Amino acid sequence: MSKENGVRPAGEGPDLRAEGLRLAYDDRIVVDDLDLAIPPGRITAVVGANACGKSTLLRALARLLTPKAGTVLLDGRSVHSIPTRTLAQQLGILPQSPLAPEGLTVIDLVGRGRSPHQTWWRQWSSSDEQAVNAALRATSMTDLAHRAVDELSGGQRQRAWIAMAVAQDTPVMLLDEPTTYLDLAHQIDVLDLITDLNRHQGRTVVMVLHDLNQACRYADHVIAMKAGRIAAEGTPAEVVTAATVEDVFGLRCVVGEDPVSGTPMVVPMGRHHEGEGRAADVVYGRSVK
Amino acid sequence: MTTHLAPDRVPFRLPTPPISGILRPRMLAVCLALAAAAFLAFCVETSVGDIPIPLTDVMKALAGTGDPGTELIVHELRLPRALAGLLVGIAFGVSGALLQTVTLNPLASPDMIGITQGAGTAVVAGIVLGWDAGMSTQALGLLGALTAGLLVYALAWKRGTTGYRIVLVGVGVAWICTSATDYLMARGQRFQAQAALGWLVGNLNGRTWDQIGPLALTMAVLLPVSLLLGRQMRILQLGDDVARGLGTRVQVVRIAVLLVAVGLVAFGTATAGPVAFVALAAPQIAQRLCGTAFPPPVAAGLTGAVMVLGSDLIARKLVPDTELPVGIVTGVLGAPVLLWLLVRANRAGSGG
Repeated sequence: MSKENGVRPAGEGPDLRAEGLRLAYDDRIVVDDLDLAIPPGRITAVVGANACGKSTLLRALARLLTPKAGTVLLDGRSVHSIPTRTLAQQLGILPQSPLAPEGLTVIDLVGRGRSPHQTWWRQWSSSDEQAVNAALRATSMTDLAHRAVDELSGGQRQRAWIAMAVAQDTPVMLLDEPTTYLDLAHQIDVLDLITDLNRHQGRTVVMVLHDLNQACRYADHVIAMKAGRIAAEGTPAEVVTAATVEDVFGLRCVVGEDPVSGTPMVVPMGRHHEGEGRAADVVYGRSVK
Repeated sequence: MTTHLAPDRVPFRLPTPPISGILRPRMLAVCLALAAAAFLAFCVETSVGDIPIPLTDVMKALAGTGDPGTELIVHELRLPRALAGLLVGIAFGVSGALLQTVTLNPLASPDMIGITQGAGTAVVAGIVLGWDAGMSTQALGLLGALTAGLLVYALAWKRGTTGYRIVLVGVGVAWICTSATDYLMARGQRFQAQAALGWLVGNLNGRTWDQIGPLALTMAVLLPVSLLLGRQMRILQLGDDVARGLGTRVQVVRIAVLLVAVGLVAFGTATAGPVAFVALAAPQIAQRLCGTAFPPPVAAGLTGAVMVLGSDLIARKLVPDTELPVGIVTGVLGAPVLLWLLVRANRAGSGG
């Protein structure tokens, strides 16, 4: 693993995959018989309706949840057989809406991201300092480093947490809904930042996203889940079609082209507009300009 | 303008051996001041009493160069009491800091989650029912505290133990123990109840070297362990998922911290009884003095020592010719200090 945010060549990175995965909370099976391979060095978005098992899958990839059957493999080794500290140097996870203790400063939070690289006698090595400073710079948090996390705005707070994950300096980053509770401008900020981490530092990113258009624009690979199984996976153009969206979300929609990025753009129909105007043209096969 | 200072941090790094870390000058200064205050209270504690001994004579007696009479009083009477106060205060303060950090809950001190109450029930049962099986009050208290602590952990276990479950289960166990103690007190003979009450309030009267030894030994082992656990314990504060993602063995760290905390408070309670409020307030006072995001264990221990020794001095001097048990004063004295710190923090626009 390259250190200090060294550039990893695009398309290279650890091989993270799942085989025959069955995940359950007590007796309730959430994900069953799932096989998955995460493209190394790329951004993968996991999409799907509420309660389809996407967060559960992410938790299992990060060994936060022990599978009832099957395994999660990192470079061919089961993540449960890798010592947790060693694994934490390879694979980072940012859960959904984490909470920082009151009064904890940004720099102390980001510093805790270094803990898999630290020992009790070596708690602030020069590589720790470099990684923390680089993470603060990458997330534009340098000026806020000495502020308390709980005093920041939602967008700044999320950037602080991402900075912690960046400082962990893992080649694979798993992010559970990194844009939740952010306004649109801050959502784009965070997604741009994640793209930077991938393009400039070659990190493999797997993120759960709710917004299909953002998934299409920011991900290289999209995994659509339905009822604990993979309904479709591939490039955004392969996966995000009107038929798949209707199958996965039960939502009728028009899929056009994002005028900015050229990636697929989903425009939902909804009951009140189905027979109207341009939507009717689409539904009835007339061409849309 | 704001008292909510960003905790100042000064990185240090030695080339060989490769030791590095963050120094926090404010925390260091607070610890030094608290240590000085504790030392002062310790000296005064050995000098006051039925026969006042000037501090200079105390020093001579400690150094072994005083006159034999003074040396006897200092060594056999004053020193055990002062040491008991010092050690018990440190034990309670550190134990509270550990429990509050690991459960993310300032209410999770041993006197809120049943550990202290367990010790109380065992001791009162021993006194009232005569179920002491030849054990001393200390041994009974120890047994009760350990049993209650393990009971809380076992009952709170559900796919791993979360902080709030420990607090809720602990409050339940605390009330069961309190009810059992009250029942035993009501059943007991008057003089038995009196004896039990004297212990239940928390008392430093008549401590002997026999009671100091086990506590000192326990602390010599558990205090370094609690310092070693500190770094991982603070990562638990970010939540179980984040902590595990950062390579922390969450359940191992949590049970280790709980065992250390229960051990400290059990031996402390066995020595001085459940001295009220110290384990709850000392970590919170220390956290506000140091301006940290967690209760700092060393400062919490020193705050506990100052609280217990200071309260004992007041208890002995307040009402002439009567020596109040120290536990009565700690609550009266500690609560206003904590309230003042909370109110001050609120005024500064932070939740404290």
